[in-house]
Amino acid sequence: MPSGGSLTQDPCMNIRSHIRQETVVLLLAVAIFIASSIFLNGFIEASNIVTLVRGVALLGILAIGMGIVVIGRGIDLSVVSILAISVACMLQLLNMSYSLPSALAITLAGVIVMGGINGFLVAYAEVPAIFATLASGTFVYGIGRSQWLSGDVVYMPDNQTGFMAMGELKFLGIPAEIYFFLGIGFIAFLALRFTRLGRFIYFMGDNFTAARNMGIPVRPVIVLQYIVSALMAFVAGVIMAASLHSMNTRIVNSTLLYDIILVVVIGGIGLSGGKGGIRNVIVGTLLIGILLNAMTILDIPDLYQKLIKASFLLVALIADGFINPRDEQTDQAGDI
Amino acid sequence: MAKWKTLAAAAGVLILGAVPALGREDPGPATYKQALDGKTVILIPMAMGEDLAQGWAHYIGTAVKEAGGKFEVRDPNWNTEAGAQAITDAIGSKPAAIVVQTPDLQSYSKLYKRAQQAGIFVIQVDNPSNYASDAFVGSNWETLGELEAKAVIAGCGPNSSKKIGLIQGDQVNASSLDQYKGVQNVLKDHPDFQVVAAPDSNWDATTARNVAATLIQQHPDVCGIVDFWDQTAQGTAAAIRAAGKTGKIFLATTGGGEAADCKLLESDTIDALVATDVPNQSRDVSTLIKFLLQSGLKPGDAKTWLYTPEKITTKTDLKPGTCWSIEDNKAAEAAAAK
Repeated sequence: MPSGGSLTQDPCMNIRSHIRQETVVLLLAVAIFIASSIFLNGFIEASNIVTLVRGVALLGILAIGMGIVVIGRGIDLSVVSILAISVACMLQLLNMSYSLPSALAITLAGVIVMGGINGFLVAYAEVPAIFATLASGTFVYGIGRSQWLSGDVVYMPDNQTGFMAMGELKFLGIPAEIYFFLGIGFIAFLALRFTRLGRFIYFMGDNFTAARNMGIPVRPVIVLQYIVSALMAFVAGVIMAASLHSMNTRIVNSTLLYDIILVVVIGGIGLSGGKGGIRNVIVGTLLIGILLNAMTILDIPDLYQKLIKASFLLVALIADGFINPRDEQTDQAGDI
Repeated sequence: MAKWKTLAAAAGVLILGAVPALGREDPGPATYKQALDGKTVILIPMAMGEDLAQGWAHYIGTAVKEAGGKFEVRDPNWNTEAGAQAITDAIGSKPAAIVVQTPDLQSYSKLYKRAQQAGIFVIQVDNPSNYASDAFVGSNWETLGELEAKAVIAGCGPNSSKKIGLIQGDQVNASSLDQYKGVQNVLKDHPDFQVVAAPDSNWDATTARNVAATLIQQHPDVCGIVDFWDQTAQGTAAAIRAAGKTGKIFLATTGGGEAADCKLLESDTIDALVATDVPNQSRDVSTLIKFLLQSGLKPGDAKTWLYTPEKITTKTDLKPGTCWSIEDNKAAEAAAAK
């Protein structure tokens, strides 16, 4: 067991540098925010800020799950498949007159099993995370669409009025999605910062071999990370279905997965692991939210929106390369 | 005498010819049967998960099998390359005809030509392309856009803000570009109506929800929205609900006219639907196949365009049978298989 001293000593020895990237992104977000407030009509209104945050809340929840995996130096490319297929199956069960609790329990079990399989492949079979989750994501989608679902879209049955009402639920004029995002973010922040498990994840991301040598149960922790990631996908999917009253599995073909990685990387969680935290995810999510909202108000066509988003990702990656240069010390086997 | 005999025989022939009598040899049924007997028709949609594709597969499949042909389906599942591979494989297996839903203007043009050279009739459905094959059967997307705009203008009414929003698909697909053109055509006749914003959904419901939420936030007095697809209209409708504008913003969209679409109308999720008449569109396709195979024409000899007539459906028009149903079709197929 690591001593208390090493627990409080931050795993990020280059803490100053990672703050620098986060600061760059934060300043960028603030700059775009101020510019939009001045030049765009109605941008600064409270209701638009709510719309803006709500628009990226789902992305944020998914990015929190991805962030936890990336900090432990993994990656989970199966989240969108798990999101789509699990929730589509749940809706299918509801259509087959299962009750909401039983449909929820069945799919939840399936999701935990899927996350567990991902973790097992990475931790015990030692398949690189990028390949293991790419394959498992395709597998989940393939088996779901070919064996369990009859079409791309599964609609919510009319009798699920409670579930549907959840999509419009508001407290103090703020949609429930935003509370979910902030709540999950807060729990994840506490878990990463103040629990032993959270610190293990940082150690493993920073130096996996050292973490294992010091006695951290690395394999079970990896499995747990992927289960958490799968659960986040499921939660995001349920929120999505509550709002849209349906689930379209075609979302697997969308750019959502890249957007999630974009948020994680742009926020400053390095893909080499061990760096960053939930704060980075929140900053990254807000930057994307402000960008998307401003571009939509300006009526910029989707193709150009993609171009602008991609440019920001490239800038963030280049900045990451400068701020956290790879050398013999930091370049480790297993890097993505 | 011989002369009289010939005359009588000739008269007999004349009479028999004029009045279809018993024992006459009608070439019809045999020709009809021969045209498709043992021959294969392959449907290659963009994805079988789509309601349109499910409809075509059922209606065209039933018609082809009824005429003695074999019917097969390939599922590229939204993957253009997989679709190209399916066409290439089809060219190798020499079916009588292929029915293809083109994903974009260009991708399959060369393959269509190769298929025709191999003696296969090529019928394109739903999406137009730059290559005119033996036939195109589908919607005129410009007309669809015109009807959606008309529905929204009627839904807004003369005393409204006359501000409308569009949720487009993208800036690449003919289906989206042509709908936009159709909307603009109608707006020329209604200069008092104004499009306040026209964001893209990129065919994704969540994106549609987010851009529609921003649109409503920016223009709270908007009286109607045209969404270019029923799948994304789910997202637009969610944004309208979240803004508390149900009943105040008229939402028109287009779709395959499957039972799910009628449910959207029934639940006031959408207010007007310009639906593709899949059963009749499929009938056009199967009739064309039967014609081409009887006509003696070779692939590439003739070109035909058939546009499916479309109309606006609102909640008040809903009757049993307004929408076709995948479930009913499956039940019918199961019953036929018994």
